[in-house]
This record gives sequence, structure tokens and C-alpha cells, in this order.
Amino acid sequence: MKIDATQPLEYGTEENRNKIFGFWLFLGAEIALFATLFTVYFVLVDRYASGPNGAEIFEIGPVLAETFILLTSSFTIGLAVHAMRLGLKKQMMMFMIITLALGAVFLGIEIFEFFTYVHEGATITTSAFLSSLFTLLGTHGAHVTFGLLWGIAILVQLRKHGLDHSTANKSFIFSLYWHFLDVVWIFIFSFVYLKGLM
Amino acid sequence: MKWDEFFVTGEPLIYGAMVSIVLVSLAIVVGLTYFKKWGYLWKEWLTTVDHKKIGVMYILAALIMLFRGGVDAIMMRAQTSMPDMKFLDGQHYNEIFTTHGVIMILFMAMPFIFGLMNVIIPLQIGARDVAFPRLNAISFWLFFAGAMLFNISFVIGGSPDAGWSAYFPLAGPELSPHVGNNYYSLSIQISGIGTLMTGVNFIVTILKMRAPGMTLMKMPMFTWSVLITSVIIIFAFPVLTIALLLMMLDRQFGTQFFTMQNGGMDMLWANLFWVWGHPEVYIVVLPAFGIFSEIISTFARKNLYGYTSMVLSMLVISALSFIVWAHHFYTMGQGAMVNGFFSITTMAIAVPTGVKIFNWLFTLHRGRIQFTTPMLYSLAFIPIFTIGGVTGVMLAMASADYQYHNTMFLVAHFHYVLIPGTVFAVIAGFHYWFPKVFGFRLNERKGKTAFWFIIISFNVTFFPLFFLGLQGMTRRMYTYSEETGFGPLNMLSMVGAIGLTIGFILLVYNIYWSTRYEPRDKTGDPWDGRSLEWSIPSPAPVYNFAVVPEIKQRDEYWFAKKEKRSLFDKKIEKIHMPSNSGKPFVLGIAFFFLGFFVVFSWWSLAIPAGLAVLIIMATMSFDRDHGYYIPAEEVAQTEKKLRGDTV
Ligand code: HEM
Ligand SMILES: [Cu+2]
Repeated sequence: MKIDATQPLEYGTEENRNKIFGFWLFLGAEIALFATLFTVYFVLVDRYASGPNGAEIFEIGPVLAETFILLTSSFTIGLAVHAMRLGLKKQMMMFMIITLALGAVFLGIEIFEFFTYVHEGATITTSAFLSSLFTLLGTHGAHVTFGLLWGIAILVQLRKHGLDHSTANKSFIFSLYWHFLDVVWIFIFSFVYLKGLM
Repeated sequence: MKWDEFFVTGEPLIYGAMVSIVLVSLAIVVGLTYFKKWGYLWKEWLTTVDHKKIGVMYILAALIMLFRGGVDAIMMRAQTSMPDMKFLDGQHYNEIFTTHGVIMILFMAMPFIFGLMNVIIPLQIGARDVAFPRLNAISFWLFFAGAMLFNISFVIGGSPDAGWSAYFPLAGPELSPHVGNNYYSLSIQISGIGTLMTGVNFIVTILKMRAPGMTLMKMPMFTWSVLITSVIIIFAFPVLTIALLLMMLDRQFGTQFFTMQNGGMDMLWANLFWVWGHPEVYIVVLPAFGIFSEIISTFARKNLYGYTSMVLSMLVISALSFIVWAHHFYTMGQGAMVNGFFSITTMAIAVPTGVKIFNWLFTLHRGRIQFTTPMLYSLAFIPIFTIGGVTGVMLAMASADYQYHNTMFLVAHFHYVLIPGTVFAVIAGFHYWFPKVFGFRLNERKGKTAFWFIIISFNVTFFPLFFLGLQGMTRRMYTYSEETGFGPLNMLSMVGAIGLTIGFILLVYNIYWSTRYEPRDKTGDPWDGRSLEWSIPSPAPVYNFAVVPEIKQRDEYWFAKKEKRSLFDKKIEKIHMPSNSGKPFVLGIAFFFLGFFVVFSWWSLAIPAGLAVLIIMATMSFDRDHGYYIPAEEVAQTEKKLRGDTV
């Protein structure tokens, strides 16, 4: 099938275009939300009281794995959208499933990490630093979790209704969301982990 | 938890409230059943996605909240009307000023404005609907769920009592161990999500759905003000979302964000709160400026003076509103440099605001002024708001603020900006746009009587507070002794507050009276208006515009009338409409219960409620309802019926 360069499916109707624009605005709000969380984190990062600080609990191994996995998933969701543009529903769904699987693995590592922190006596109630760390990571993780549920819902709809204006639009918006989560993670990786390890 | 902790007991006032809540609820249920109105209520209102009806529901809820907040206000004024008064105890007083502040700002002023913008914005820009009608219904029901959750707090579990700004550590778990501030964090959170969605919805609506030819600089001023407000919402509300989340975590999960030990930082709350809180006052006041601009130019029969500078000044105000927040805590030890910065930026806001005041005055200058009720409110607004503004500049001077910080002077100041700036505006807008929604005007004579009551009583209530503040009477003080000499002025203020109450009751009586006796308006344009909403019949039909007009200039409708040409000479075609949905309402209920269970930390109930929320959202996502069409003939018939054959 040929790509219709002037009108991709997801931009097909006025409603679709409005939804995509509206979602960009929503992402604007999400940026403000995470910016606030980062600010809180930066304000509290040195206030670890008698608890451990970042350098004491962070481990580069799992974090690198998480970063690598999430970056890959951003790439695969891009492939899914590419397949969608070509009208290849099967490939598209496959790439979406890979994306969600990677997301699930990311989440698994994150949960495992939380367990180790808690095991080392670094809980969310220990100090202001840890409260802000867990809240920042947890909010990102909650977004990923929500993304997994959302992605599954879209996959079911793709199966049921095939690729049409509505499902293409939803899938595209989902891809924007997923990329956004990746961008937030890059910031977490750089300014929380790398800086904390230094 | 024991039952006597669950229900608030021990106060005759609260028992009275409980009894009246039960009686009113019973009366509603019995009435609906007796008149067989359940189906009507469900079909026409609870499931509606029509922006006009959603707007009406917002306004109705806001009016009810005005009275709830007003009862709180009267009780406070009664308690302080005389020295050593024994009407309320300290705890009850704390709860009342907290709920009064929260309700007035978040559950009265904002929804009232949202109501007006829901009703009017699509009509002003020549659109058939908002961009996302169902999301709009969700926004409303989330607001409503939040408001109800907040309101049950005073009979179930106890109200928040740390002020509407909920400063830590006062609002923290040690000093406020009961559930009041849980209600605060959750109810505001729930309605706040709705607010954010409204912001997104209206930006898309205004930017993408204007009638052909209406460029940004041809938009009516109210539409401009709502656009700018929505942008502020998108940047400010996420900060509140986080602040409330951290508050909940601190109170219910033992985190250390705002605590006094383990690295916690109470000033972090103050900063987060006011980074949202200051823009918030512009969220309620900018649309008000838009409303006044419309009304003043309509009833001065002149184009708005300085349109471009009006827009620019609003943009400047919105930008400045984000960098002044620390003027709320000059006295909390932040050093001269910081105070200096915030002092200067705060005073700078007076400049664009002054520009707007002069533009209104120039619009009035040499106008053929018609003293209608909406116009009277707009005219009264100018001098009264100016008093509020000038005292604001006085407060903005950091060094001087050490003198009046936390005194009645401040209370007088912010009521002098909030009441003319939002309450007069929404009342004026209410009178002005009422005929568009209901097809008849409110009675002018009765409207004016209420106006004079409200204006005069307002000044009697709040002007004395400036002097009380300068004499050293502090804010949030529930009683004082005879020797302070605060008694007489407080008594005067009480008299004013009673007058205000009478004024508001007259206003509501006017609605009742006009519904029964005012003649219906067949023209659709009772005020000889300027913008597009007046070009369609009243009450506005579901589809708004039978034919979408083309716009060539500002106030196109006004000039079309003058030049005797029609805006609608195209053929009527079938119109696409979204279908009703009960899911937003059900989602609101689920959020209410989720909030309620979390307030009490009943996790085994909260988790199912949270799952219910997710499931309802999922079923919405699976919906494939693409609305319906109204056939062209039906549209033509409706138009005929509503206004003869002027199309
Ligand atoms: C209708 C007449 C009103 C009266 C008689 C009234 C009276 C009062 C009183 C007595 C206080 C408490 C002052 C103190 O703490 O000692 C207060 C606080 C407050 N009022 Fe009003 N008020 C009225 C309307 C409004 C409106 C319309 C708004 C907002 C749109 C508003 C917003 C507030 C706020 C934000 C506070 C601060 C609450 C706090 O201290 O946490 N009021 N008002
Ligand atoms: Cu402020």
C-alpha cells in the first residue's frame, strides 16, 4: 500500500487533528508536572538527614539496563507508527507488542530496584531526599504502568476494528505519550542517577 | 474508627446542617419521583454533552456554592461582630475560614467563570460545539465530584482547618491529625483534573474552531481572555497537582516533604502553593476583564478602545503572574534581594492593569451609555477594583508589608479585588447572557435593586476592615477583647454582610420572578449586541449556528446590522452532533467514592474504586459512537420556530 503523504490516516478527520493538537497541549501540562517534580527533587536532594544519599544507593547497572530498554522501546513504537503509515497492521501490532513488553521489563527492573533500596533501609519515609526520589521515579513509573494498560486497550481495538481513522489516531497519540515518557527518563537518568553517582 | 468520630457531633449548628441536608435530599427525591422527572433529569442534564447545558450546570452549582461560602462568611462576621463573642469556638472558626476561602475561589468563582465560558465561547466564535464535548462533560462531573466531596467534610469527619493556603507544618499530620486536610488535598485534586481538561479543551476550541475569517485579532475580548486563562491553567495547575500529591503523601504515607525533621522543608509547600495560587487569582480575574470589556462596549455603543493594548496587557499580566508568588511570604525570612525582586515584579502588574482601566474609561468616554443592570455592575467595578489595586500596591512594598501582613488590611484588599473582579463580573455576565440561554431577560428593576444592595453593602462590609487592619487586628483571629477597640467597626462590617446577603437573595428571587413573568424575547438580540452570539435565536438551539457565518472584521454582527446585510445567506445543510453519554457522570461518581475512601485511608475500598475509575475510562475508550446528524429540514424548522423567518 502507498503512503498518502498529504493526509496520513491519523490526521484524516478534523476530530483527529484536534485530538492530536489537544494531546500536545496535554503534554505541555505534563512537562509542567514533571518540571515541578524535578524542582522538588533538586531542592531536597541534599537533605538526606541521617539516611543514605544518592551515591550510597544508586547502582549504575540496572539503571543503564532500564535506559537501554526504554530507548529501544521508543524506537520500536516509532517503527510501529511507520508500519501504520504503510498500512501494515500486523507489523504495527507486533512492534506495539514489543514496545509494551519492553515497557513491562523496564517496570520490572524499577520495582526490583525499589525493593533493593528499601532492603538497604532507604524507604520513602526515611528522608526528604528519598521521599522526593521515590515520588519522582514513582510518578514516572505510574505513567509507564498507565501506558501499558492504555497500549493493551489500543491493541484490542486494533484487532477488533482494524486500522481506521479512530484506531490510527489513538495509536499515534499513544506513540507521542510513549516518546514523552522516554524523554522524561533521559532527564531522570542524567540529573538523578548520573549526577547522584558523581 | 468510631461512629462519633465519623460523624461530626457536638454542635447545634452542625446538627441543623445535617437535618437540612437530609430534608433537602428527601425533598429532591420525592419531587423528582412525584413529577416523574427522573428520565428528564437523566436525558436532558446528567448525560448531556451540550456545552450550553454544561455551562448552566456549572453556574447552578456555583450559585449554590456562593450561598454555602456566604453562610460561612456570615458566621465568621457574626462571631467577630462583638468582643468576646461565644457563637463559635476557635476550632469551628478555623474550619469555617478555611472552607470559605476554598469554596469561594475553587468551587464558586472558577466554576462560575467556567459556566459562562462554556455557554458563550463557542457562540462567540461561530462554532457548533467545543472541541471535545464528552471531555467537557467529564470536566464538569469531576469538578462536581470534588465540590461535593469537599462539602460533606463538615458533617462527616470534619473540615480542613489550616486556611485555604494550608501552610505546613500546620496542615501536616502532627498538628492536623484528623481527616480535614485529607479532604482538602483530594477534593481539590479531583476537581483540578477537570480544570486542566477544561483548559486543554478551550485552547483547542478557540484556536481550531473559529468561524472562517475570524483571525485572532478579530476575536471578541471575552474569547481572548479565556484563551489566555486556559494557557495559564495548563502551566499552573500541574504545580497544584504535585503540591496536593505531596501533601497527601506527607499526611497519609509518612513522607518527609514538608515536615520539620529528616530534611523536610515547610517553605517548599508555601512556594509550591503560591506558584499555583497567584496565577490562580488571574485565572479568575482575566475572564472577568473580558466580560467587562464586552459589556462596556455593548452598552457604551462604541468599539472597545485600544483592542490591541487590551490583548497585550493581558498577555503581560499572565506572564508576570508567574513570577510574583513570593509576595505572599515576605515576612518569612527570605532576605532583601529576593523580597526586592518580588516586590518590583508585583508592582509591575499595576501597569498593564492600569492600561486596561484607562481603555475602559476611554471606551465610555463620549459613548451613549445605557445603564442596564450588567452595565451598572461594570461601572461599579472600575472604582472599587481600583481601590483594591491601589491597596495591592501598598501590600506589594515588601518593607511596608511587615506592618500589615496578616492583618484585616489584607483581608479587605483581596475582597476588594476578588469581589468586584470576579463576583461582579460573573453577575454582570449572568444578567447579560441570561436571555441567550433561556430566551428571556431578568427583570431590570429587580436587578437594579439587588445591584444597589450589593454595591453599598459590599463597601460597608469591607471598607472598615482596612482601618481594623491598620489598627492591628490580625487575620483569622476568632475573638478579641473589649479593650482592643475593634468592636464598633466589626459591628459595622456585620451590618454590611447582612446587606450583602439580602442583595444576593434578591438576585436569586429575580431569577424566580423573571422565569414566571418576564416576556419572552423573540429577537435573539435583546441588548442590540455586537458579537456573534447575538446573531442566533434565543434560546440558542443545540447546534448553535444553522449556517456558519463568515467573518470579515471585529464585531462583524454589529456592522452587518448597521449595513443591513445578513450573515447567514448560505443554504442550511445537515448538522453533525455528538450523542449524549452517561459515562462522564458515572466517572464522576466513581471519583467521588475513590476520593472519599482515600480521605479515610480505607484502602480495601479505595482500590476497587480506583479500579472502577480505570474500567470506566477503558469502556469510554472502546466506545465507537460517532454521534448523529440533524437533517437540514429539521434545522430549518427549528430556526423558523425560534424566530419567525428572519434567516
Ligand atoms: C460575600 C461576602 C463575603 C464576606 C462577608 C467575606 C468575609 C470573609 C471573612 C470574615 C474572612 C476571614 C477573615 C479572617 O480570617 O479573619 C474571609 C476570608 C477569605 N475570603 Fe471572604 N468573604 C466574602 C466573599 C468572598 C469571596 C466572593 C471570595 C472569593 C472569590 C472570598 C475569598 C476569601 C478568601 C480566599 C479568604 C481567606 C481564607 C483564609 O484565611 O484561609 N470571600 N472572608
Ligand atoms: Cu499573589
